[in-house]
Amino acid sequence: MGDSQYSFSLTTFSPSGKLVQIEHALTAVGSGQTSLGIKASNGVVIATEKKLPSILVDEASVQKIQSLTPNMGVVYSGMGPDFRVLVRKSRKQAEQYHMLYKEQIPVTQLVRETAAVMQEFTQSGGVRPFGVSLLVAGYDDKGPQLYQVDPSGSYFSWKASAMGKNVSNAKTFLEKRYTDDVELEDAIHTAILTLKEGFEGQISGKNIEIATIGPKRIFKVLTPAEIDDYLAEVE
Amino acid sequence: MSIFEYNGSALVAMVGKNCFAIASDRRLGVQLQTIATDFQRISKVHDRLFIGLSGLATDAQTLHQRLMFRHKLYQLREERDMKPETFASLVSALLYEKRFGPYFCQPVIAGLSDDDKPFICTTDSIGAKELAKDFVVAGTAGDSLYGACEAMFKPDMEPEELFETLSQALLASVDRDCLSGWGGHIYIVTPTEVKECTLKGRMD
Repeated sequence: MGDSQYSFSLTTFSPSGKLVQIEHALTAVGSGQTSLGIKASNGVVIATEKKLPSILVDEASVQKIQSLTPNMGVVYSGMGPDFRVLVRKSRKQAEQYHMLYKEQIPVTQLVRETAAVMQEFTQSGGVRPFGVSLLVAGYDDKGPQLYQVDPSGSYFSWKASAMGKNVSNAKTFLEKRYTDDVELEDAIHTAILTLKEGFEGQISGKNIEIATIGPKRIFKVLTPAEIDDYLAEVE
Repeated sequence: MSIFEYNGSALVAMVGKNCFAIASDRRLGVQLQTIATDFQRISKVHDRLFIGLSGLATDAQTLHQRLMFRHKLYQLREERDMKPETFASLVSALLYEKRFGPYFCQPVIAGLSDDDKPFICTTDSIGAKELAKDFVVAGTAGDSLYGACEAMFKPDMEPEELFETLSQALLASVDRDCLSGWGGHIYIVTPTEVKECTLKGRMD
């Protein structure tokens, strides 16, 4: 279409109106490991595959799900190092808000600021977009919330969403099983089943990561033992 | 002569039962000369939050503009009003930004929290917050106000009684201070309404 002639510079529009670098970034996300999130009536659950390149890797040292504030956490699909940079920036923004207002930052505000950072990298010189899409889970005065943030800087609020390799199957599965009044425990089971759908190999507490926020508004990453318990319940 | 005493001011806020009142004098002077007798020291941030600024009038005006600016942006971004505690933290941060070249103001912040509980606080000119459960005072008449409020305050006053008590405390105190007076402005705020009154005292 002539798009390829415009794929050299991030800050140049192609004739079809796209920024080709962002399309490529979304492709990088789409080939990343599957991650998903489900918003329940009394909390949010996020989960991801944790496929390590070799059995010699110490899986406890790999943390794909990170907390941003005591009541918010985030998971990603795409490039791990880019994710770490965003987590660092978001944590700093959350703390700056707290230092100024002595109040926890609302979920929408932090998502907006993180998305603004991602957008900056699509309009500056000499940088490339982030190769990650984020799923941000939080619980504040407006209730449980789940947001997806893309490399372009757009963000959407979801009741349930998936990203990465198996996205279309996962989303279809979630669409079938999601109900508006699902409770957190059921949502965790649904999340596990969705991950299992596209999982190659034997699923266990060591090769997936799950985190939840309940009505007590505390973000908690489950331990491998807790995940194994849920896996046993799902069997 | 202290820069805080250049314009003259008296500010006080007092807590009642599910309500609060904030009052100020009306004099604006340039040292010994009275320039205006209708000067507004207290302004509304939103229906449940008021701030009064004592001290140097020019700094009070600029600080007021900056605070309104920040609050309006906050309202647009967060689609809600600021809580009084949050606003107090913001005032404290703004004042400390100018730690080594401060605003010569002493703000008094008074508001109703989410659960309709009254919240009052004052800070010094560089942002040290002072929360109180009964009353806070500021301005050149501050010392007199402390005495008058301490004597007249009772916990859990209804709005009408709070109005009487605060008016008496204010008028008595500004009479002992040559740089403040010329009447008073008082706002009584309950969860349902805001009443604004002008007090007539000794016009000197």
